[in-house]
Amino acid sequence: MELFTNQVLAGIATGAIYACMALAVVMIYQAIDHLNFAQGEMAMFSTFISWQLMQWGVSYWAAFVITLAFSFVAGIAIERILFKPLAKAPVLTNVAGFIALFAIINSSAGLIWDFTIKQYPTPFGSAPFLGSQLISTHQAGMIGVTVLLLLGLYFFFQYTRIGLAMRAAASVPESARLVGINTSWMVALGWGMATAIGSIAGMLVAPVVFLEPNMMGGVLIYGFAAAVLGGLSSPLGAVTGGFLVGIFENLVGTYIPGVGNELKLPIALALIISVLVVKPAGLFGRPIVKRV
Amino acid sequence: MSAAEDVVAEGHQAVEAVPKRAMTLGTGTSLLVLAVLLLVPVFVKNFIIFQMTMLLIYGVAVLALNILTGGSGQFSLGQSAFYAVGAYVSAVLMEHFNVNYALTIPVSAVVCFGFGFLFGKPALRLSGVYLALATFALATAMPQLLKLNFLEHWTGGVQGLVVTKPDAPFGLPMSQDMWLYYFTLAVTLAIYIFSVNLLRSRSGRAFMAIRDNEIAASAMGVDVALYKTLAFGVSAAITGIAGSLGAIAVQFVAPDSYTITLAISLFLGMVVGGVGWLPGSIVGAAFIIFVPNIAESISKGMSGVVFGVLLFLVIYLVPQGARQAASKLR
Repeated sequence: MELFTNQVLAGIATGAIYACMALAVVMIYQAIDHLNFAQGEMAMFSTFISWQLMQWGVSYWAAFVITLAFSFVAGIAIERILFKPLAKAPVLTNVAGFIALFAIINSSAGLIWDFTIKQYPTPFGSAPFLGSQLISTHQAGMIGVTVLLLLGLYFFFQYTRIGLAMRAAASVPESARLVGINTSWMVALGWGMATAIGSIAGMLVAPVVFLEPNMMGGVLIYGFAAAVLGGLSSPLGAVTGGFLVGIFENLVGTYIPGVGNELKLPIALALIISVLVVKPAGLFGRPIVKRV
Repeated sequence: MSAAEDVVAEGHQAVEAVPKRAMTLGTGTSLLVLAVLLLVPVFVKNFIIFQMTMLLIYGVAVLALNILTGGSGQFSLGQSAFYAVGAYVSAVLMEHFNVNYALTIPVSAVVCFGFGFLFGKPALRLSGVYLALATFALATAMPQLLKLNFLEHWTGGVQGLVVTKPDAPFGLPMSQDMWLYYFTLAVTLAIYIFSVNLLRSRSGRAFMAIRDNEIAASAMGVDVALYKTLAFGVSAAITGIAGSLGAIAVQFVAPDSYTITLAISLFLGMVVGGVGWLPGSIVGAAFIIFVPNIAESISKGMSGVVFGVLLFLVIYLVPQGARQAASKLR
């Protein structure tokens, strides 16, 4: 029993990473209606920016804020310059665009900062949290930040005019335009916010997985899986999905014999798919009603 | 969250409706392309012949994805898994059972058809991003499954298997590479003709009806579940054939040659070639084989940047891939 509780705790700790990334995934999905495969790389690049700032002697929190602002602007810029011209192109062409962006960012980060692994500081310290060996203060801090972000997003989407406008622009663009919403800029804003949230995820993840150009590959996959499991339209679902995926993954690794580190991911994904077969819109997602 | 999300705009579909006449080339152009493919190997070096063989093989694999996505509107990031199964079936049959290489191809087609058909069953309930995730899971699982200990006796584990390259039969005066090229070309032609006819048949019309509007298709009496899984099966079978040919041409199979990267390349090949335009598959295959090499030759450190920029250029100029370029020429 103790082994079980321990593994669940450890799962929650890793789950916080996925939850954070899943929030960024849901954010962009709300804005543009598809998944951005380059999101992990964008987060990685932002994290490198903050690392560079700290190397130049900027304090952690100052670097954090500057990076957030930079990511927000960069996200908007990427949408305006690269993806706005593709707005009318088929969806699959857009996906190819994300893959191109992935290659560009990954390769240029490697060129600027090379592929060696770098240490990244944490503002929360890494002592055991409340005497538990399984959760460090950093991981506790990460869970805290994720929950704060979730609350922030919830209020933004539910209680602000601009949040409502963004939701409207994402779900029924034609009608949104008729009531005077600038849908094109809403998409750009969504990109900016998703990039900023992604950069937070990157900065929180970096102390755990260490900083290098390929650090987000695995995290993004789990983030996607978490977001899809929780329901792509629900920030709460994404966070819950993140924790569930973390727990799944740990329990599978502990209790199923012969599952090494490498089989964890396929099995976790298979579990998620079995859940989706039963509940196709995800755990918290709203089934899409189609007009025939 | 709100009522606004309950309604999704009409006519929203992931894959464009391509009329079936626009899916193929005219007879004249087809014959011209065939003549080029037949004659070029006589004049070039063995290495280039090998690259042309790989071009045809990837072309077949992209074509398979094109039937699935362009034909039936289902999306797959798991093609590398079917490719791997095909490659391994051939390699194991040739090396452990001494089966003739040509005979392994129909076997891997049958095995992959079964595999794809079975995989298509649970995937029926999923569409869009969910299907992408499911197929993605398949692609990430496949290399790990091939490394499993109890399969090691057959698959060679992480090391993989070495495959013997076949000689030209009947004492034909040809190098191994050239024979393999013509052999691949024959298989490719057969598959291309099969695919064109498939899309023109009753099944092909059913695929396209499902792609364009699933509800309308089922109202017209199309067995949606059957045809969706059938599309998966056919696509997997053709991908498996490509995998077999690939194993014979490269003379080597190993789990790490068939990762998700391969599936993503095939996807890019389909987009660049034009979703739903079968001849575009070969253009897409050329893109995924040659452009990374070109990018590397321009700058080693920045090959990713160059590749990304080239890909962006292509999708800006022709968002619908080579199909658009071809229709402009007409």
